[in-house]
Amino acid sequence: MERFKFGLIGLLVLVLSGCATPSSKSGNVGNNSSMDSSVVSDTAATYGVGMDSNNNLEAMSDDSMSQDLETIIYFDFDRSDLRPEYDALISAHAFNMNANTLLTVRLEGHADERGSREYNIGLGERRAQAVRRMLLLNGVAPAQITTVSFGEERPNSYGSDESSYTQNRRVELVIN
Amino acid sequence: MQLKKKIFLLFCLLFHDALYAELTIRITQGVGKQTPVAIVPFGLGRNVPKFAVSIADVITNDLKRSGRFSATPIENMLQKPTTGAEIDFDDWSILGVEAVVVGRIIKMKTGSFNIQFQLFDIFKGEQIVGYRMPAKEGTLRRSAHRIADMIYKELTGIRGVFDTKVAYVKTNVSRNETNYSLIVADSDGGNEQIVVTSNDPIMSPAWSPDSRQIAYVSFEGDASSIFLQTLRTGNRRKISDHPGINGSPAFSPDGRKLVLTLGGVNGNLDIYILDIATRSLKRMTYNRAIDTEATWSPNGDEIYFTSDRGGAPQVYKIALNSDKAERVTFQGNYNARPRLSPDGKKLAMVHLYRGDYRIAIHDIAKKDLLVLSSGMQDESPSFAPNSDTLIYATKMKGNGVLETVTADGLVRQRIASKLGDIREPVWSPFLKL
Repeated sequence: MERFKFGLIGLLVLVLSGCATPSSKSGNVGNNSSMDSSVVSDTAATYGVGMDSNNNLEAMSDDSMSQDLETIIYFDFDRSDLRPEYDALISAHAFNMNANTLLTVRLEGHADERGSREYNIGLGERRAQAVRRMLLLNGVAPAQITTVSFGEERPNSYGSDESSYTQNRRVELVIN
Repeated sequence: MQLKKKIFLLFCLLFHDALYAELTIRITQGVGKQTPVAIVPFGLGRNVPKFAVSIADVITNDLKRSGRFSATPIENMLQKPTTGAEIDFDDWSILGVEAVVVGRIIKMKTGSFNIQFQLFDIFKGEQIVGYRMPAKEGTLRRSAHRIADMIYKELTGIRGVFDTKVAYVKTNVSRNETNYSLIVADSDGGNEQIVVTSNDPIMSPAWSPDSRQIAYVSFEGDASSIFLQTLRTGNRRKISDHPGINGSPAFSPDGRKLVLTLGGVNGNLDIYILDIATRSLKRMTYNRAIDTEATWSPNGDEIYFTSDRGGAPQVYKIALNSDKAERVTFQGNYNARPRLSPDGKKLAMVHLYRGDYRIAIHDIAKKDLLVLSSGMQDESPSFAPNSDTLIYATKMKGNGVLETVTADGLVRQRIASKLGDIREPVWSPFLKL
């Protein structure tokens, strides 16, 4: 359902940005055309839609959108596969990154403190890669993504109990 | 018949234990015989000031800390000789002391100092060993550790490791900031010196065989890279900063190469060998699993590493001239971060034992496993250069502390705990004089 909604929004944005494109080139279009008046009216109309779409884009992408989206994904013990509940979230992040290809994301993988440290770096990386693959599947360009694994070195919670471990097995999306 | 059955069962139990000899030694410190010794306060010759460091105290603490000696308290000494000629052997026999150390510090004409000491066998009434060594005020502590090493060697047959260093990582959390430091200290935890400090994680320190350099992983700039730092000057250079993971460095026995882990863009951790001079890389593993935490065999012919290619992490080894890895550990579901003893006979690792992560030793020849530690989150075992003792990190009230344990598991010691959380201890090689 969530996924479907984002799909729709994506489609809408594609349509709107498609409409908006001529408006930015309206001067050229106007100069090359002999039908001045119709072009002007067409441009005006295009501007109107363009204005609307810009408002919409501002409301749901870039800063405000990124800020609204959850940026931490949690994992089960000894697992690096994504829980299905995160599909929509990752699609939404992918949607933003596709809409603005200047955005980059650093996927920071983490592990809980159990076991040896460098092996935990490996486990954190596996989790970061699971998120990376999902973003790639959603069309994000490889160049927009970097991964780093901090293993158990940067815990969210310092306790040595299951609730701390649960908070520490995670991937954080740092969007720039 | 009944008895026969019982004997058979007993035999099975014994045999089973032999196959799966996974013992946990709970007894700490002071098991077996502790040789009673006396370290008499060193005499100060003409014009020698009273130094802040007491040589006899440092030696006494070193020997006691080994768990193999007990020492006569100064107040119980019936005499305080500073040369062999002054020793009254009967006085020490009465106290049950088996060996006595006497010595003095002498000022030379040049203005420098000399430490002379003698070790005596009380039963035989003979000198076991006697030395004189030049000393400076700033290095008295080190001289004392060296004397303790000589005494230890004479009395146990094992080379002492009191005059060695330990590197470890320390974190201090204040408000939302975590500060990470790489520290080098004496093996008794004294004389802490900061090698590098950062607000980003530092991990996996590794000594060069000549003890002059340390390789470590740093996350400065939110990416991992491996640095090589010269201890004396503090100069460092970035030796590996490939995309993704750069981790787990370990020097080859000749000091020319580093074995390390690279993850690449796709995050597939594999083992590589980096030639430090030429920067050329040789890939050792091609597995899709996590391959990491590599270490060299003492002869430099093989690499031991952690891999979860079989599902759970286990220790594997691969010969340098081979592309086929061979599994080494089979007991338990988690064996990671192998480290070989310098004599090549034992493999220390992190071993999951009944739900707890413990330090265990795998005997290469016998292929059995001995659990040495008793914590829940023990990690990072590292052998002393004499192969007789290990250091590792454990937790006490949520804070990381260091412990040492003899390879036979009989003597376990906690290293003086300091402020902050400390982990990833690595024992230095023997230091050059």
